[in-house]
Amino acid sequence: MRRLAAEALLVAGKDLRIEMRSRVVLNQVLPFGGLVLLLFAFALDPDRGLLPRVAPGLFWTAVLLAALLAISRSFAIESAHGARDGLRLSTLDPAAVFFGKALGIVTELLALEIPLAVGMFVFYDLEGQGWGILLLSSLLATIGLACAGAVYGALAGGLDVRETLLPLLLLPVVAPVMLAATRAWEAALGGATADAWPWIQVMTVFAVLYAALGALVYGPLLEET
Amino acid sequence: MSYTNSGKREDGARVASLEHRLLTERNLRVLGGLAVLGLAVLAVLGLSVAPPDRYQGDAQRLMYVHVPTAMMGFTAFAVTTAASGLYLWRRTRNAHWDRLAVSSAELGVVFTTLTLGLGMLWGKPIWGEYWTWDARLVTTAVLLFLYLGYLALRRMIADPGTRARRSALAAIVAFADVPIVYFSVDWWRSLHQKGTLVNGGRFDPQIHGTMLLALLWGFGAMGVAYVYLLARRYLLVEMEEGIEERMLDVAIAERLAEAELDQAASVVETEVV
Repeated sequence: MRRLAAEALLVAGKDLRIEMRSRVVLNQVLPFGGLVLLLFAFALDPDRGLLPRVAPGLFWTAVLLAALLAISRSFAIESAHGARDGLRLSTLDPAAVFFGKALGIVTELLALEIPLAVGMFVFYDLEGQGWGILLLSSLLATIGLACAGAVYGALAGGLDVRETLLPLLLLPVVAPVMLAATRAWEAALGGATADAWPWIQVMTVFAVLYAALGALVYGPLLEET
Repeated sequence: MSYTNSGKREDGARVASLEHRLLTERNLRVLGGLAVLGLAVLAVLGLSVAPPDRYQGDAQRLMYVHVPTAMMGFTAFAVTTAASGLYLWRRTRNAHWDRLAVSSAELGVVFTTLTLGLGMLWGKPIWGEYWTWDARLVTTAVLLFLYLGYLALRRMIADPGTRARRSALAAIVAFADVPIVYFSVDWWRSLHQKGTLVNGGRFDPQIHGTMLLALLWGFGAMGVAYVYLLARRYLLVEMEEGIEERMLDVAIAERLAEAELDQAASVVETEVV
């Protein structure tokens, strides 16, 4: 168990070190997420008061789109320079590789979500309340997204069409996370925190299921020729 | 081709011959004839023998096709999942599970699309709109996209062994999502919109007489049609794999011939020099 954690941290550390040096997520994906929030304001006239009401859905849509890019990036770095072979030959436990990739993605997604959420609160004129639910649901949604993303990133990994295939594979799978996170945020912002609990449960089940599936399927996925 | 390790190959060959003894052209024609006959009888039963519904009128007759196609769509995806599991399990790993998985997934996509299309045609006169955000509708739509993704993934992997393994994993990982999608969408609709028109539109399951007969016949006829199409598609996949393999052999032979020519040319060159 300790070895698993240590190895996972090793893989996550590698990904985050690459990100710190290349700044692809911070310098490209984060501005993209901000742009999406700006585009929503164009699409839904801000004067009609619609933006604050639908803000949770818009936020999670923006996060989902940005997450696609971040996940795609996380597996692009494995396909260059035979990194996938390196990972396979590294004698790391495949489950640890999965948890490491997922942890790296979680960290990157949180780094995306915090500035996006702050931007949304400011620009969409939201009144913040129910912070505990907001934080908990965001964390659970992020873990779920990252676990499913790590599974599908590896499934589509190494293919020429990764960028176009990943959204088709991943978006239907994470549809419940998008739904649950949006409802939980709506409940929290609307002051009806009790309504958020079923959605917290959905996200917990999703995160646990895909964490377990990922730990199971990474072995066969990595060992293939 | 690396479907089976050498220890399992003999076993796989034995099963393969069994399925080929079953799937002869004559048997398939009989099965196809039964499927056509069954669907023709279903048309007669559904369109003229069964009476029009007291509330929904003739629109209700779509049920005799809609419900069986829906059942077959779900069955097809379940077969894909089971076949993928059998492919992944080392003791039962064999290329024929992979062929079964892809054949069934394609049929599942066809039946699910039919289900949604027919349901929408029925929805317009009964619910007043083509689409409502009912849990079953949304789950079926998500299911369709999940398997469109599965089929898209398959097309993009050239190596048969990698393709079989990755798509089997993808099928299982996607199937695991279906209950979560269903429950989340169900909660979503029931928490926020109590008593939508969807509830009023649900047909009464306690149907009797010729209506029940038509529906049960529909399940049987659609089931035979599914098995027939599955068998045909299975053989087609096998032929496609044969072509792939042969083209690979041709390509290898061409490269070898080229290499020999190059070698001969370089020998000539050095002799001239």
